[in-house]
Amino acid sequence: MKALNRKLWRDVWRMKGQVFAVTLVVMSGVATFIMFISTIDSLNLTRNTFYRDYGFADVFVNLKRAPESLKDKIKNIPGVNQIETRVSAYVKLDIAGFTEPVTARILSIPDDGRPLLNRLCIRKGRLADPAKDNEVVINENFAKAHGFDPGDQFAAVINGKWKRLTITGIALSPEFVLLMRPEAISPDFKRFGILWMGRKALSKSYNMDGAFNDVVLTLYPHAKLSDILVELDNIVEPYGGFGAYGREDQISHRMLNEEFRQLQKSSKIFPTIFICVAAFLLNVVMSRTINTQREQIAALKAFGYNNIDVGIHYAKLVILILFTGLILGIAGGIWFGNMLGAIYMEVYRFPYLIYILHPEVIIAAILISVLSALAGTYHSLRRAARQRPAEGMRPEPPAKYRVTLIEKTGIGRRLTQPTKIIARNIERRPVRTFLSIVGIAVACATMISSGFFKDSIAYTVNFRFVLSQKEDMTVAFAEPTSRKALFELKSLPGVNNAETFRNVPAKLRFGHRSYKTVINGIEQDGRMHLLLDENLKTVPVPSSGIVLADYLGKILGIKAGDMLTVEILEGSKPVRQMPVVALAKQYIGVTGYMDLTALNRLMKEGDAISGAYLFTDSNYREKLFRRFVNMPRVSGTVVRKDEIRNFTEVQARAMLFFTFIATLMACFISFGVVYNSARIALSERSRELSSLRVLGYTRGEISYILLGELGLLTLVAIPLGFFIGYWLCAYIAQALASDLYRVPLIIEMKTYSLSAAVVLASATVSGLIVRHKLDHLDLVEVLKTRE
Amino acid sequence: MIGKEEETHNPGDVVFQVRDLTKIYKMGEVEVHALRGADLELYSGELVVFLGPSGSGKSTLLNILGGLDTATSGSVSYRGKDLTGAGEKELTEYRRFHVGFVFQFYNLIPSLTARENVAIVTEIAVNPMVPEDALALVGLTERLDHFPAQLSGGEQQRVAIARAISKNPEVLLCDEPTGALDSKTGIVVLEALERINRELGTATAIITHNADIAGMADRVVHLSNGRIADVKENRVKKSPGELKW
Ligand SMILES: Nc1ncnc2c1ncn2[C@@H]1O[C@H](COP(=O)(O)OP(=O)(O)OP(=O)(O)O)[C@@H](O)[C@H]1O
Ligand SMILES: [Mg+2]
Repeated sequence: MKALNRKLWRDVWRMKGQVFAVTLVVMSGVATFIMFISTIDSLNLTRNTFYRDYGFADVFVNLKRAPESLKDKIKNIPGVNQIETRVSAYVKLDIAGFTEPVTARILSIPDDGRPLLNRLCIRKGRLADPAKDNEVVINENFAKAHGFDPGDQFAAVINGKWKRLTITGIALSPEFVLLMRPEAISPDFKRFGILWMGRKALSKSYNMDGAFNDVVLTLYPHAKLSDILVELDNIVEPYGGFGAYGREDQISHRMLNEEFRQLQKSSKIFPTIFICVAAFLLNVVMSRTINTQREQIAALKAFGYNNIDVGIHYAKLVILILFTGLILGIAGGIWFGNMLGAIYMEVYRFPYLIYILHPEVIIAAILISVLSALAGTYHSLRRAARQRPAEGMRPEPPAKYRVTLIEKTGIGRRLTQPTKIIARNIERRPVRTFLSIVGIAVACATMISSGFFKDSIAYTVNFRFVLSQKEDMTVAFAEPTSRKALFELKSLPGVNNAETFRNVPAKLRFGHRSYKTVINGIEQDGRMHLLLDENLKTVPVPSSGIVLADYLGKILGIKAGDMLTVEILEGSKPVRQMPVVALAKQYIGVTGYMDLTALNRLMKEGDAISGAYLFTDSNYREKLFRRFVNMPRVSGTVVRKDEIRNFTEVQARAMLFFTFIATLMACFISFGVVYNSARIALSERSRELSSLRVLGYTRGEISYILLGELGLLTLVAIPLGFFIGYWLCAYIAQALASDLYRVPLIIEMKTYSLSAAVVLASATVSGLIVRHKLDHLDLVEVLKTRE
Repeated sequence: MIGKEEETHNPGDVVFQVRDLTKIYKMGEVEVHALRGADLELYSGELVVFLGPSGSGKSTLLNILGGLDTATSGSVSYRGKDLTGAGEKELTEYRRFHVGFVFQFYNLIPSLTARENVAIVTEIAVNPMVPEDALALVGLTERLDHFPAQLSGGEQQRVAIARAISKNPEVLLCDEPTGALDSKTGIVVLEALERINRELGTATAIITHNADIAGMADRVVHLSNGRIADVKENRVKKSPGELKW
């Protein structure tokens, strides 16, 4: 059927305006799909390969101190495969040229330099000499942040004594793919690092000869994790165990999982919208094409082409229209995927990024778009295939115009003829009109949903760091300390005010559900750390009982007034029942809040504090940092400004990147949809408009008929788009929520107006193009060929 | 002048046999009786002209003969095979291999050139002409690569005829092939049809509003109000060149 195929190509060429519009949208859908899926696959493969090659552990536990002989007992737990004991401690560092205190976790490596588990991938230099207590290997993010190279030195407080340490090497570890201080909300590579020192040297410094305080295990494939955790906890309990946990609760692994989960969700939401819009556009394009070609179809049938030939012919047309979008989308997806992967690599440290794009993913992208395109055009294709040959013989009967609203209401008499034509045309094809409005509205909604991420991140930052946690610096003590330390802090020059807090790890239980988190004890009448509800009203800290983050309430299925079981995981490990007094809004992490005094009472440890929140005078900040570096009990500081920066630049970076991509794609969609309806209207009406021109109507007047209608549809579509956009964002917010983050449903005015502006701009550009075509309408040509 | 003996057709030569054919179009409440019991035979090799006022059912009858449409009641058989009961598949094959159509409104594919508009038919036929030859028969050798929009109405109609004859059909059904043409071009078109009929023995049916064209027919069938009002045999058949209007 060569001649038929030639018709195909020429039809595509003739429809290039519409093909372009569809291409933009298909490209967007396929590119985002490929970007997300290939990034997920690549990160997953990279992570799994890294974990496997470097022996990432399955189970982790910290304890106070246990004799090495306990190792065998742990190893005998059924299901345990490999075991490694370690010495671990938190240390404070002083780095030349960096005024702030820096915290690090120091970990032992076996004296033969070959850990069994969580092996190091040395990127530069060499391992530390196991016998030397002044040599360390440091992790790469930390080294990069400070510009360290092997041979550089810094000072550290090792077990209370200042010591100069020399860097021998720079390494990666599967345990710290994402490096984050426990309890922090985002990584801070400058102020938190990992050091590795030989076991012999580190044990000596911490009096841990023949003992350990950290264990990592791997399990046999079918071992049951929960059983092993219970047994392990029982074994280490007498030695001050802090509670064993599996990979799922290991901070680096957990953050990665969270990122994957968000990618996974996004990979479903965005491409789905794009593909649906593409199918919708194709539907409009094809139903229009098949309508105008009914006489051609009749001729083909009359000459003996059968239903299947005709159906296939138009299905091929659909696929041809898809084709360019598919190819560009695949290429764009690979490009974006590599870019997104590179962004992740700045935060997540793997020795390499294995970028993979499974052929199945491309096949899936092709199948999904082809199938949805065919589904979207099924009705038209079927109509073409089934068209009775005799039907197309006669020209299409003149459109049926009824007496419409404008006549009934009498408005008609006041309208000019062109305005009446607009009104009748809209009324005559209610379904088409409705679909065009929905199409433009969805484009507008997509714009809103991509702007929404920015708004919600900004709101989260404002809520957390400006409205709720007002302190500009937090000082943490190495160990719970007497409240007297507060007076020392307050007397420091540059400290304007200080409030104390106590953090304790706890397991919260309600019914059969439980959750491990931190209870933050704060001063009841404090003014720096405020609990807020959804409407930004302060939730008072009760003298007794606990306030939970709202999402924690959801996880536990508990509401205000219910009794919660609190198991403290530190000190004497008291277990207590207490009422949940209120739920407070929290977007990052989930925490329980108590009055500091009440928490101390519960802990039976007097007036101990973990640290203090400070209001400081920025002129004295450098001096304050130096004081903290030299105060033995201060383990580190957190500056709010840095936290904000880390959160937006490091944590939210990937999200902002794909928000950017989504915004770009949303612009494409918006233009594609609007331009397509303009083009369709043009080709559908050019005969009518040419006739009017022949009757003496001006270009301006006929443009008004066509563009007036487009403008009217756009104006109706925008508010509908706002509405759909809001619900789309609500769905996204709900889909992305986890215990680590919740995305607040905040859409700023400027996001709405920007979306409206993009849609209007698309309409204007489309309008100008169509207007240009109208101005060059070849009257003779149009009137001569019958459509 | 081509004289022809008056003859009685023997039953083996019957191409179409139409019996009590009715066609009712339902348009909502209204029923349009396009055919109200038509009876007719068409014989092989003959050229028949259909005349009748607008709306008398000519196109409807032709469409049913060509397997484009189905009757409401009555029967049509083609060479003894019943078309009335034929399914979609049989009708398609029937059209593909036996019938050539010329439509009142040409129905060319605008995105294909003259040559390609013919090729689209020859590609699926069994023993077709070369498209160029078919176009030469209607005098369009100079216009092979023109698109329909670049052709005059008469030229478009001639492409349509070339397309219809290119498959060497057994029957040729033409709905107002000269409707849009001036008399000179009309005659060129009719000459092409007459030549096909004569040289290939293709049974040909031509609908027209132009009573003068009836002169070139073997038989002239008058339709009126959905019925066959009158069938006349031409004792003397004129060649298209002798027609005038
Ligand atoms: N698809 C249809 N739906 C409804 N009515 C139809 C349809 N096709 C034909 N008719 C009606 O059937 C009648 C016969 O139509 P037909 O086209 O056969 O007439 P015709 O003799 O070919 O007329 P003309 O010389 O104008 O072409 C007319 O009244 C016409 O309106
Ligand atoms: Mg007719």
